[in-house]
Amino acid sequence: MADWPILSALLLVPLFGALLILTIRGDSEQAKKNIRYVALFTTLAEFVLVILMWSMFEVGEAGFQLIEDHAWIGESIRYKLGVDGISMLLVVLTAFLMPICILASWESIQDNVKEYMIAFLVLETLMVGVFVALDIFLFYIFFEGGLIPMFLIIGVWGGPRRIYASFKFFLYTLLGSLLMLVAILWMYIDAGTADIPTLMQTDFPASIQTWLWLGFFASFAVKMPMWPVHTWLPDAHVEAPTAGSVILAGVLLKMGGYGFLRFSVPMFPVATDQLAWLIFGLSMVAIIYTSLVALAQKDMKKLIAYSSVAHMGFVTIGIFALNSQGVGGSVFQMLSHGVVSGALFLCVGVLYDRLHTREIARYGGVVNNMPVFAVVFMVFTMAGLGLPGTSGFVGEFLALTGAFQRNSWIAFVAAIGVILAAAYMLYLYMRIVFGNLTKDDVKAMPDLNLREKIIFLPMIAVVLWMGIYPKPFLDVINPSVEKLLEDHRASIANHELGLDMAFRNSGSGVLSAHETQ
Amino acid sequence: MPDLLPVLPELILAVGSMVLLMIGVFSGEKSHDLVTWLAAGLVGVAFLAMMFVVPRDSHAFANMFVADDFALFTKTLVMLGAVFTLALSGTYLKERGIARFEYPILIIFAVIGMMMMISANDMMALYIGLEMQNIALYVLASFNRDKLRSSEAGLKYFVLSALSSGLLLYGISLIYGFTGSTSFEVIAAYGAGSGANAIGLLFGIVFLVAGLAFKVSAVPFHMWAPDVYEGAPTPVTTFFAIAPKVAAMALFLRAIIVPFPELLAEWQQIVIFISVASMVVGTLGALMQDNIKRWMAYSSIAHMGYALTGLAAGTKAGVEGVLVYMTIYMLMTAGTFALILSMRRKEGLTEEISDLAGLSQTRPVMAAAMGIMMFSLAGIPTLAGFFAKLYVFMAVVDAGIYWLAVVGFVISTVSAVYYLRIVKVMYFEEPKDSFEPMKDKGIVTVGYLTAVINSPLHLLLIGPLTIAAGLAAKSLF
Repeated sequence: MADWPILSALLLVPLFGALLILTIRGDSEQAKKNIRYVALFTTLAEFVLVILMWSMFEVGEAGFQLIEDHAWIGESIRYKLGVDGISMLLVVLTAFLMPICILASWESIQDNVKEYMIAFLVLETLMVGVFVALDIFLFYIFFEGGLIPMFLIIGVWGGPRRIYASFKFFLYTLLGSLLMLVAILWMYIDAGTADIPTLMQTDFPASIQTWLWLGFFASFAVKMPMWPVHTWLPDAHVEAPTAGSVILAGVLLKMGGYGFLRFSVPMFPVATDQLAWLIFGLSMVAIIYTSLVALAQKDMKKLIAYSSVAHMGFVTIGIFALNSQGVGGSVFQMLSHGVVSGALFLCVGVLYDRLHTREIARYGGVVNNMPVFAVVFMVFTMAGLGLPGTSGFVGEFLALTGAFQRNSWIAFVAAIGVILAAAYMLYLYMRIVFGNLTKDDVKAMPDLNLREKIIFLPMIAVVLWMGIYPKPFLDVINPSVEKLLEDHRASIANHELGLDMAFRNSGSGVLSAHETQ
Repeated sequence: MPDLLPVLPELILAVGSMVLLMIGVFSGEKSHDLVTWLAAGLVGVAFLAMMFVVPRDSHAFANMFVADDFALFTKTLVMLGAVFTLALSGTYLKERGIARFEYPILIIFAVIGMMMMISANDMMALYIGLEMQNIALYVLASFNRDKLRSSEAGLKYFVLSALSSGLLLYGISLIYGFTGSTSFEVIAAYGAGSGANAIGLLFGIVFLVAGLAFKVSAVPFHMWAPDVYEGAPTPVTTFFAIAPKVAAMALFLRAIIVPFPELLAEWQQIVIFISVASMVVGTLGALMQDNIKRWMAYSSIAHMGYALTGLAAGTKAGVEGVLVYMTIYMLMTAGTFALILSMRRKEGLTEEISDLAGLSQTRPVMAAAMGIMMFSLAGIPTLAGFFAKLYVFMAVVDAGIYWLAVVGFVISTVSAVYYLRIVKVMYFEEPKDSFEPMKDKGIVTVGYLTAVINSPLHLLLIGPLTIAAGLAAKSLF
C-alpha cells in the first residue's frame, strides 16, 4: 500500500505542466523558450517521480502494488490504479522517453510551440494512465483518449501527407477500439464489475470467450500493429514529426502488447489457447513479409516503421508461447524496442534536420563528417538487429527460446526474421554512413551538437545496461509473468475439469449449460 | 377545485408570459432586452417551483398529467435549453432588425407545450402539448419573415409537421378504437390483446411511432430537418436542435414504454429500424455537407439514432442511457451553435465549413472549444460524448442485442470522419481572414461553459448525472 498516491501524482504532474504552459502568453522567442523549459522540467520531474515509484515497488511481489481505489461512477466503476511487474517498467519507459522527445523537438518545432508541448504533456498523462489503470473503463478512456493528441501531433506538425496519415491512424485505431468496447461492455454486465484484477479471476463461459477475445484482438492487433492491419503505421511514422514517431514506436505500440498480457491472456484463457494459432500465423507472416518490405524501402522512416512491425511479431509470438521465457522475453523486448526504435527515429531526425529529406539515396559517406553520429547510429543499428550485448538480443533471444519450446517451426521462421533484420539494418547503415562523401550538401552537415549528444547518451547507456546486465529488469518482470502463467494453467485445468464433469453427467448437459449462459 | 400544484410550473410560465406580453405591448419594440431577461427569470422561477413546490409523483387533471422524476429530469433539460437559446439570441436578432419582444415569449410558449408533452399521461394530453409546442415553433422558424429562406423553413416545417400530426392522431384513434381508452395506464392494463385486436393495436403503434419519429427527426421522417435548420435564424435553429428534441424524445420514451410494456417485441423492431436508419442516413448525409447548419442537422439525425438505440433496449438501463445521452447531446449542441454564432466576419455571419480554415491560429481559444465539441460529438473518450454513447450501448448489450451495438460502433467510426473534418479544417489548414472578436457575453458564456463541461472535467460530473438519470428512468417502470 502506498503512503501517498504516487500514481495519481504521475497522472497529474504532466497535466499541471500543461496548465502552466497555457498561462504563458505571447509569441516571442523568449516565450517559446520558456514553454520549452517548462515542458522539459515537467517531464524530468515526472521521470524523477517514476524512479521514486520504482524504488517504492516491491521487487519479487507478483500482484498489483501501490494501489489506489476510490469510488467514481456508482460503486462498480471505480477510480482504481496500481502497477505490477509488467506495467511498472512500461511506465518507466514512457517517462524515460518523454524528456528526450521534448529535447528532440527543441529546434525542429518553431510553429505553435505552445500547443505542441501541451499535446505532448497531455499525451504523457494518457499513456501513463493506460499502464496504471486497474478499472477497465478507466483503462479504455486513457487508451482511446490518446488518439486525440496524437491525431493533432501528426496532423498539425507532420509532413506533406499528414492529413491522410492522421485520418488513417485515427480511424483504424478507433474502429478496433470500439469493437473492444463492445466486449468490455459484455464483460462488465456479465461480471458486474469493472475491476481488472477481479475480471482476471472471473471465468467467462468458453463459448463467449472466443468472441470477447476477438473483440480485444481487433483493438490490440491494430495498435500493435499486426499484419495485415499494420498499414496505418508506416504512413503515420513517415508523416509524424520526429518526437511523434518516437512516442508512437516507443510507447503507443507497446499498448497492444500490454493489452494482450493484461486482458486477452488472463481473462480469456480458453480462447487464448484456441486462437494462439491465429496469432502465430499472423506474426510469422508479419516477421517475414514486413522484413522483406523493409529491405526494399527508399525512405528511412518507412524502413524503421516496417522493422517495428516485424519486431512486434516477436513480441506477439513470445506472449502466446505462454511460457516464462516467451512472455518475459516479450515484455523485455517491448522495453528494449521502445528505447531502440525511439533512438533510431531520433537518428533519422538528426539527418532530417540537416538535409530535410528522408530518402536514403540522398545520403552516403556520413561517417567522414559526422563520426560521433556514425558511432551512435551504429550502436542502435546493432541493438535493432539484436547483437549480443545490446538490449535487443536479450528480448529476442528469450522470445525465440519461448517460441522454440512451444513449436520449433515457429522459432525457425522467427529466426529467419532475425537474419532479415540484420540484412535490412546493415544495408540501411551502409548506404547512409559508408561510401564516399560525394554530395556537397551532405558534406556540409555538421556533427551532433551538445543537445543531441545529451539526448543520445542516456539511451546508449540504457541499451547497453539492458543488454549486459538485464537482471534488474527481469527481476521485476518475472514474478508477475510467473503468476500470469500459473493462473492461466489453473483456469485451463479448471475448464477442462468442468467440461469433463459435464460430459460425464449427461450427453445433453453441455448444450443446455451453454444455452443458459 | 382540482389540485393544481402539479402543474404549478406550467401555470407560472403561462401567466408570466401573458404578463410579459403586456409589458411588451405597452413599452414597444425597445423592450426586447427587458422581456428576454424577464423570460429567463420566469423560467428560473418555474424551475424552482418544480424542484421545491411540486409534490413528487403527483397527478393532475384526472391522471392526464403526471409530475414524476422523469418529468423533473427532462423538464430541467428543456428549461436549460430555453435559457441557452435566450442567451444566444440577442446580437443575432438585433443585427437583422428582428429583435422583437415576441421572440422570448414564443420560446416560453414552446416550453410550456414541451412541458405538457413531457408530463402527458394520456394520448389527448400528449397531442395537446405537442400542438402547443408546434404552433410556437412554426412562428419561430419563420421569425425573420422578410427573408425568403426563413419563411420557407417555417412553411415547410408547418406542412410536414401537420402531416406527422395527422399520422399521430390516426395512430391514437386506432389505439383508442382497439383498447377503448386514451389513458396510458388503461392501455397498459389492456395488455397485448389477441387476434384482430392485436393487429389493430400494432397498426396504431406504427402510426404513433411514425408521428413521434418525425418530431425527433429520425429517419425516414427526417427530411424537414436540414432545410429547416438551414433556413431558420441560427438561434432558432439552436433551439430546434436542443429543447424540442429533448421533449420529443422524452415523449417518445413515455408514450411507448408506459402504455405498451407487453408489446415490447413488436415496437422494438420498429425502433431498431428507425435507429439504425437514422445513424446511417445522418452519418452519410453529414459527410456531404458544406454548410455547417445543414451539417449539424444531419449530425443531429445521427445522434437521435444513437439515442434511440437506448429505447430499443426497452429496459430501465436503456431509458437511463437515453436520458444521459440527451443531456450530453444538449450541452454539445448548444455549445457548437454558440461557436457557429461566433463565426463572424466584417460582412456578417458565415456558415460555410471552409470558413473555419486555420482557426487554430487566428482564434486559438475558439478553435480549442470547437475541437472539444467535435471530439465530444464523435464520442471520443476523455470527452463527455463518450459517456453518452457508452450508456446507451451498455443498455443495448445488456438487452442482448449485440449486433446493434457493433453496428452502432462501426457507424460511429464513420461518423468520426466528418467531425474530424472540422478539426482538420481548423487545425491543419492555412488561415483565411480572421473572424471578428465576439463581444456578445451570452454567446461567449454558453460556448465556453459547455466546452468546459464537455472537457475532461465532465469526469467529475458524470457520477451525479447517472444517479439522477437512474432515478428518472425508474419512474417509467
